[in-house]
This record gives sequence, structure tokens and C-alpha cells, in this order.
Amino acid sequence: MTSNPYFSLAVLFVIALGFGLTPLGLAWLWRAVYSPSKPNAIKNAIYECGLESKGDAWVQFRSSYYLYAIIFLIFDVEAVFLLPFAVAFMGLGIAACVSMLVFVLLLLEGLAWAWAKGVLTWA
Amino acid sequence: MAVDEQLKIEMGRQGVFVTTLEELYNWGRRSSIWPMNFGLACCAIEMIATTMARYDLARFGAEVFRPSPRQADMMIISGTVTKKMAPQVVRLYNQMAEPRYVIAMGACAISGGPFKQGYNVLKGIDRYIPVDVHIPGCPPRPEALLEAFIALQKKIDAQPLTGEARPRHLDAEAPGEFPVPEPGEHDLEPAANTSVWTVPVVIR
Repeated sequence: MTSNPYFSLAVLFVIALGFGLTPLGLAWLWRAVYSPSKPNAIKNAIYECGLESKGDAWVQFRSSYYLYAIIFLIFDVEAVFLLPFAVAFMGLGIAACVSMLVFVLLLLEGLAWAWAKGVLTWA
Repeated sequence: MAVDEQLKIEMGRQGVFVTTLEELYNWGRRSSIWPMNFGLACCAIEMIATTMARYDLARFGAEVFRPSPRQADMMIISGTVTKKMAPQVVRLYNQMAEPRYVIAMGACAISGGPFKQGYNVLKGIDRYIPVDVHIPGCPPRPEALLEAFIALQKKIDAQPLTGEARPRHLDAEAPGEFPVPEPGEHDLEPAANTSVWTVPVVIR
């Protein structure tokens, strides 16, 4: 067994495991022998600067905010594409201009769709 | 089992270090008392000065001010406790993990101080929570806070693990929860926690 090239690694692994688990075990033993645990409702409550917390910590946000975020992101990325397009505009051919126009129109169509769906109405 | 003090010193000279579980535990407890990041009034400025380089509370292992009571060992009541703030102070004390210590810093925290006659000032935080060390002063100088801290360390060092004099957190019977006062019609209700504070008898 000791001739195995991985033997030293196994020994180190056991030592590493013991290094972590021994203090935890000692702490557990100490708690069991000496230090009684005294939980109570106030101690286990949600911590909020000493004030009593109101409501649930698992607050849910409306999923429609997600649509705002995604629309913003799309036009944000579009701006990144538009900048090199504007810089190289004078040297571009017809095909490049048309494909860029299609790209912008597609995104505009998405915006129109979102608008028609009422996503942009804040309520 | 106690080791003879003279024998211990003699063995120390020979390079043999002996200790007891109790000493080791108390040494660990007193050497890393993390205070709570919690200031109430002007005394808090002195408390902040104590932690900075000139006075350097870090020398005593207490430089890590924790922003949550879950990780703190010591609460420094640094300033005037108003009746509006008292419930929050008691609740924070309750939320601290054992073992926990309290230093009442300055005249206001121990008695109401110059604002004692004020309708909205608590006449000493020891009405609601057990205080380990009181420091007089208005405000106490950083040296006074260091002195209180050393006094607390000495107090911890002298505590046995078992028996009547053992610290509260090792005593299963000692209460872990202290009632949080509620604002009543004229005063906080209850006006004091009678298990930690009794009305002092005035001798005339």
C-alpha cells in the first residue's frame, strides 16, 4: 500500500480533514459539557438594527420589472453597435447600411411590440 | 486541579508551560472580545478614538467592531440612552450570542448623567440589562475605556468554569432573554427589570 504513488496524498488528505474537523468536534464537545444553549424568540428573530422587522424577508418583486431591464439592455447593446457604424459610415457600401438598418428596425419593432403590450406603462 | 503557583513559575523558567482548562478558556475569552459597532451619543466619539491608532484597543484583542450582534461579544453603551432607544438596546443585547458583556460608558449610560431630569432619558441602562463594568466621566477619556476593558478582562480571568460563581452563559438556569420594554403612557413598561435591578434604598 505504501508503495502506491498516491499514498502520501491520502495521508495529507486525512491530516487536512482532521485539521478542520477536530476544532469543530472540540467546540461541539465544549458546548455539550459546559455551555448550555439558550435560544429564544428575540434572539432567533431577523436582525434589523434592533428594530422589530416588519413583514417577510422573502419579498418578491414584480416580474414585469424584468422586461424593463431586458429592453434597456437591448438598446444599451445597440448603442455599442451604432457607434462603430457611425464612425465608419462614410466608407460603407449599400449592403452594410441596409443590414444595419434592418438591425435597428428589428429592435424598434421589439420596442413597438413592448409598447403595444403595455409594458412601458408604470403601474 | 489547581497547580501550585510557585511550582508553575519554576517550571516556566525551565521552559515547561502548564495550564488548566479553565485558564485556557478564560484566556481565549478575554483575548478576543469583539465589541459591537454601536454608538449612542457623544461618548461614542471617545469610543472611536479608543479604537484608533493613538489609543489602539487592538492591543487587547478587541479591534474588530462587528456590525451585527450575532458576531459581537461586548456591547459598549456609549452615551445617553433615551426611552425611545432603550427597547432597541435591550433587543440588540438579546440578539447577541453568549458569552456577552456590557460596558456602561459615561455618566449618561450609568445614571442618566446631566440629562437625568429629562423626561425622555433612561436613568441608567442597568435597569434592563446586566452591566459588567461602569465607567464614570462625561465623557470618559479613552484611557478610561481602556481601564474598563482591562477590568472586564480581569473579571473574566477570575471566573471559574463550574460552581456558584460561574459566568452566566455557563449556567443553564440563568436567563438568556431579558424582557424588552415597551413605550407606555408615561414611561417605559416595565420601568425596570427587577431580576437585574432593584430600586436603591436612599439612606438619609
